Amino acid sequence: MAAVRIPPTLRAEVGGQRELEAHGSTVAEVIDDLVERFPPLRSQLLEDGELAPFVNVYVGGEDVRTRDGLQTPVADGDQLILLPAMAGGN
Amino acid sequence: MGTETTAPASLLDLVGSTPLVELPRLSPRPSVRLYAKLEGQNPSGSVKDRVAKAMLDAAEASGELEPGRRLLEPTSGNTGIALALAARLRGYPLTCVVPANVTSERRRLLSLYGAEIVESPGEEGSNGAVRLAIELAEEDPSLFMPFQYANEANPRAHYEGTGAEIVAALDRVDVLVAGLGTGGTLMGAGERIRESFPDVIVAAAEPLPGEEVMGLRSLDDGYVPPILDVSKLDRKLLVTNAEAVGGLRLLLEREGVLGGVSSGAVIHAALRLADELEEGVVVCVLADGGWKYLSADFWDAADPESTMERSVWW
Repeated sequence: MAAVRIPPTLRAEVGGQRELEAHGSTVAEVIDDLVERFPPLRSQLLEDGELAPFVNVYVGGEDVRTRDGLQTPVADGDQLILLPAMAGGN
Repeated sequence: MGTETTAPASLLDLVGSTPLVELPRLSPRPSVRLYAKLEGQNPSGSVKDRVAKAMLDAAEASGELEPGRRLLEPTSGNTGIALALAARLRGYPLTCVVPANVTSERRRLLSLYGAEIVESPGEEGSNGAVRLAIELAEEDPSLFMPFQYANEANPRAHYEGTGAEIVAALDRVDVLVAGLGTGGTLMGAGERIRESFPDVIVAAAEPLPGEEVMGLRSLDDGYVPPILDVSKLDRKLLVTNAEAVGGLRLLLEREGVLGGVSSGAVIHAALRLADELEEGVVVCVLADGGWKYLSADFWDAADPESTMERSVWW
């Protein structure tokens, strides 16, 4: 079981919840579990079976794109953070 | 008079060649050496002097930027301040699109350096400033937008400057840590350092924005800067505002360096990565000093996060 933090932008799709519990031993499995329960999330999070370009997913505070992408392992008790891609840079 | 002098004729000649200093009191063990590149010592106080100067040089060289043409740039502060200095010395008027919730020092500095300010909605963060600036530029073709997010002169300034300076100063670099904004520092300096030290880990410290500046209407309002290629990053670490302030306090207490918020985040990420090393050299690019943040409440707040969630900090 992992805790998934939902950004304000996606809360309407999950009934307003800020954090959800989800099952899975990889990021792909956790996202599958989420979109099965909240189907409108699918088009927001995935594009052609990959992470959509404007969503970032973090496990243990690290972007999964610099780890193993959707195959990044998720351990019991890990926190996943979903974030919209934002411009920074002062 | 005929006096011989080595003094440069313009403040812009003093951009770059910033000091690199070791941070031995922050290192987790003596075999791991930690260094900081003090970009706050650039003329307008941040790493963005490199980018502003490089973007103007490139636009002048290509003929795109005619004398006196008005510049427009979305910026939450440092790029605007740097562009305002460079634009004033070179005779261009400048308009900055700034999120409404930046610190008062930044707003005042922009005005003092001569920039006009247009506000974008604070809750839209930097994305809102980018969106509004693009709209304004489309409405008025007389404006020239250097646009740091998509301008190749931005990473090139870090390839030829920041990265080359680090390579010249050290005989080994195992980890480079810089804040992620436009991606210019990480792409440019990362590429240059990788040429000399192919196994270097290029690591981004990325802000976890407060809830109130994440109010995008949908993920489609998201933005990935065109110059940023995430596949060229080896690590990308999310840093909370509270962790960044923790890094700032350590940096000040142990090493006497007064850094800005992103510098605190870089130190936090660097210490996490340094902890994974048996030995090696970790270089932190500290983008600015703490002076522009003195009006903020986080310095001595027991709960820094609560004082920071409504603003864009870097």
